[in-house]
Amino acid sequence: MSQSTSRSPIDVESLVENFNYRRVGKYALVVLFLGFFLVPLETGIMTALKTNSAIARSLPFAPPAGEGFTLTNLEYAFSQLTNSFVNSLLMAVPATLLNVLLASMAAYGLTMVSWRGQLVVFALFLVGVFVPYQAVLVPLAQFWNNMFPLAQMLEPLFAAIPFLQGGHSRLVPLTITHVAYGIPICTVLFRSYYKSLPNSLVEAAKIDGASITKIYRRIVLPLSLPMFGVVFIYQFTQIYNEFLFSFTLITGANHPAAPVTLILPAIGSSTEGIDFGVRMSAAFLAALPTIILYVAFAEQFAKGLRTESG
Amino acid sequence: MATRDTTEPTNQPAVSTDEVVDWKTKLRYFLNSDFVRSSPYWGIPFVIMGIAVYGGIGYNLVISFTDYNGLEPPTFSSLDLEMYRTALASEAFREAAINNFVLLISFTAISLILGLFLAILLDHGIRYKNKVQTIYLLPMALSFVVTAQLWLWMFNPDSGVLTIIVTTFGFDPVDWLGNPQLALPAVIFALVWQFSGYAMVVYLAGLQSIPDDQFEAAKVDGASTIRTYLRIIVPQLKESSVSAAVVLMVFALKAFTFLYSLVGQYRPPNGTDILATLMVRQAFKFGKWAYGAAIATMLLLLALSVIAPYLAYQYRQGSL
Repeated sequence: MSQSTSRSPIDVESLVENFNYRRVGKYALVVLFLGFFLVPLETGIMTALKTNSAIARSLPFAPPAGEGFTLTNLEYAFSQLTNSFVNSLLMAVPATLLNVLLASMAAYGLTMVSWRGQLVVFALFLVGVFVPYQAVLVPLAQFWNNMFPLAQMLEPLFAAIPFLQGGHSRLVPLTITHVAYGIPICTVLFRSYYKSLPNSLVEAAKIDGASITKIYRRIVLPLSLPMFGVVFIYQFTQIYNEFLFSFTLITGANHPAAPVTLILPAIGSSTEGIDFGVRMSAAFLAALPTIILYVAFAEQFAKGLRTESG
Repeated sequence: MATRDTTEPTNQPAVSTDEVVDWKTKLRYFLNSDFVRSSPYWGIPFVIMGIAVYGGIGYNLVISFTDYNGLEPPTFSSLDLEMYRTALASEAFREAAINNFVLLISFTAISLILGLFLAILLDHGIRYKNKVQTIYLLPMALSFVVTAQLWLWMFNPDSGVLTIIVTTFGFDPVDWLGNPQLALPAVIFALVWQFSGYAMVVYLAGLQSIPDDQFEAAKVDGASTIRTYLRIIVPQLKESSVSAAVVLMVFALKAFTFLYSLVGQYRPPNGTDILATLMVRQAFKFGKWAYGAAIATMLLLLALSVIAPYLAYQYRQGSL
């Protein structure tokens, strides 16, 4: 960051001195790519706000005009998605919290305390980041359906909870699954942060005879609060957006425990084809929580992505 | 002889108590060591993750050697490579593998080039750089499921945006996803849209770590901007390229969700079947669990062939 600003005097100079075609071209390219990245989103939102006849008649990216404007599609999509929003949050919030806590602990044990063979253990975490989940899907389905049917065991308990149905018990194995497979990436994120922290504080505490637990609670935890934010936002987005585990463990879009991503590909489709007004409304609503998080915490999100690549 | 006889019994216990003390201190040291003391911290997450990832991979491998098809519990008495032989001989598998490679290579390459281009563009004293960067990266925050819906509409042959662009230039409307020749390039295009921002962020971080005097020196030497970048800057971004490429390739291997959500069914558009979609279809739709597990193992090997050299490279660089 600081380097790019220290380079800026040169750019400012050239900015003032030669207002030339190159500068115009540069900004034209920037705007062109703004269009490239925004048009699919803008088109989706505009389509969500149009009546079906307006969708058929007007250009897809044109804003709805006069009679063509409607909120019916959004309202319908929202009514279809309400339950699944609750399901997504019931799953994603606890999973992310557990993920962040466990990963911070793991990264602490792998970075701030040194012991032999640490790197091997970390390498095993790191490989876990890159494993395609297809390679564990069959065992996953086997485990939660046949070997340890936790959802079935918890069904009576969930049936007793107001507002929930017995079927919601499937969210429990789903949450545990997300926690288990989310640990690697969160550990990598925390570890790169802990490695960047100055070692002197921890060393000083060690010389004073502070135990490993005390160092974690008193020094590392307070220092890593900003990183908790980064990892939480990153991982919440990942889990909320995830599809494959829900697909494997909850299966149908009609299931009471289905999260948003599971329902979305089925909304607004019938034998006559896809009702794009409804489908785009649903897509927009489904994306809204992550878009809000992203716009509010863009810097943290980008930071999470940068550290992910090592 | 006699002396030795007498000394030996007296020495023996002394030696053994020494050993006991030694063993006990060793154990005490061990229990007090940072390894043991810190083990609750890394150990608990490690066990949870280990069971899920490595236990899962192992069990998947075992299932892939059986004939398990969901009707009765898998039998582990006769393990063989039959499923792998079936897969390698099948036309569908070969087609999926080829599509997978095409997707992997072209998606990664295009995303890297576009990402590098965008990073250089933004690194060039653009005003509102951070805001522009936020917008370029926005698709990355969306779920595959959402982007699939957006692009399904973009590619719509009747009134999608791309169809309108094509027809304004005087061409006939194209059924992008319905044409087996065009479906895979269309999917790659959509995925590039979603992930080139990621490559851009990684490259921007790389560009910012290059000292400014190199730009200045090149400027003093009278090198053109393009030459400066091609000759001096880009070679220094090797590390960024490698790590971005690996992450992008892994995204490409996970493209299942995008393909499934495009159509909302197990079979993706014709010409876009990849190993991941084939695996899920065989296992979860047709109940050929062992066959699906075998395809999954080969997909894993493909992923490992990307990751292992990367980790070795990182290790040699000392940046692990």
